[in-house]
Amino acid sequence: MSKDFLRISPAFEDVMPAEYRELVASGPYGKGYGISDLGSHKELLEEHPLCAGCGLALSLRLTLSVLPAPEDTVIVGSTGCSALAFPQVALHNIHSLFGNQNAVASGLKRALKLRFPDKHKDVVVVAGDGATADIGLDMVMQSWFRGELITTIMLDNEAYANTGGQESGMSPKGAVLYMAPKGKKFQKVNMPELAREAGCVYVAAVSPANPKRLGKAIKRAILVAREVGPTYVQIFAPCPTNFKFKPQETIKRIKEREKDGTYLMREYISPEAQEYLAAMEGGTKDE
Amino acid sequence: MSITPYRVLVGPEGYLPPAAASRGILLPEKGEALIEGAIVPEEEAMQAIATKLLSAKNPFFFPGPQLLWDWKEGVALKAQAVKKLADLAGARVIPMPDYRPKYPMINPAVEINPNHPNLTIWHNKIDVCVFIGVHCHYANMALKIIRGGTSCYTIALCGEAGHEDAMISLCCMGMPELARLTEIIQSMKGEQAA
Repeated sequence: MSKDFLRISPAFEDVMPAEYRELVASGPYGKGYGISDLGSHKELLEEHPLCAGCGLALSLRLTLSVLPAPEDTVIVGSTGCSALAFPQVALHNIHSLFGNQNAVASGLKRALKLRFPDKHKDVVVVAGDGATADIGLDMVMQSWFRGELITTIMLDNEAYANTGGQESGMSPKGAVLYMAPKGKKFQKVNMPELAREAGCVYVAAVSPANPKRLGKAIKRAILVAREVGPTYVQIFAPCPTNFKFKPQETIKRIKEREKDGTYLMREYISPEAQEYLAAMEGGTKDE
Repeated sequence: MSITPYRVLVGPEGYLPPAAASRGILLPEKGEALIEGAIVPEEEAMQAIATKLLSAKNPFFFPGPQLLWDWKEGVALKAQAVKKLADLAGARVIPMPDYRPKYPMINPAVEINPNHPNLTIWHNKIDVCVFIGVHCHYANMALKIIRGGTSCYTIALCGEAGHEDAMISLCCMGMPELARLTEIIQSMKGEQAA
């Protein structure tokens, strides 16, 4: 797809629902928008069924607002809370079987490369912590070992949130959830470190409490994955429903965790990725 | 053992009706068409479509993404011809702009979604509908759901191989075929008026 295709046939202009006319007139396709442009255009996700105060919903909104080329992006999702929002997102997206997302994305990326050899088609995996660090860890890591040119984004709400609140590998040690009443017995999986060791050339852990840093990390990860290697972004997206805090306290909760050192925000850029980014970002506005 | 051939008839056939292909309904060759599961000459099917549309209480056209979006040369012209055909048949148009399963957030008064087309059929009390410009797999799925849950008569004007799951299906639908169907409807309307 190219943004040039986003034209409504004149004969049917009058019957197209307003949502589509708005997407054509003021959507983000081909515009190169960033976080600071939010509120000035029709967004890719405007309605969703996620809970009030959901850190994941906010992270998703921010993520979608900084895609370098939404018209040439395919999101591969997996079972989890985020999958409930994707049917409403105005992007190509594929829902894969639970845990299969990186395997599906690998095949998709290769097929798109064959079909559109002269074009960048960004394949971005957006999945929860259960799909990324538990059920799909094999597929995730194998895709990194193979050096697949895809971006993996984990929305880390530290639990299996839409199935009643079971602990995941990303739940912090001691976490008590509705279906984990005895408290988690082992440490949170150190996914950023695993990603780096497994071959990701760009790794970041960010949160919606700092939207500009989140935007920059997503953009960098997608750009680097076009040519240099696999990339990984972990977004801390706390869940008020399962961790029993008020919906309006999500950002406060992130800041507290960051402050007490139980959730580390970080960025790793390999030398090759650094070189590539220096060329890409040179002379452009830093998001 | 006697086998009664499967017929693709007006529903509601019930939850999860079979895919017509799995019951032995074959697709037509060029110049042929399907009427309720039987292969007939294209001209006969066009006459049947015209009759169905002109005798319907509340006919609708459902153009799909291949026609709604001006994505390649010739599409805008074809869209114009389809709009003219719908207007001539006295049918209203509800678009299927994409295939996102937006359940339950569509407005059935203004759009149709292949994952729950029955909502639009029920809401607008549609008795005859025409699919055109919908990619094959989504058209088949939507046609099957409509047959399963509604009493709407389905017609597919397909640019490719046709649709077994529609009650009437043309195949290889290009501009000449659209023009011929328009001509038939025009002349049938003239006869009715006379």
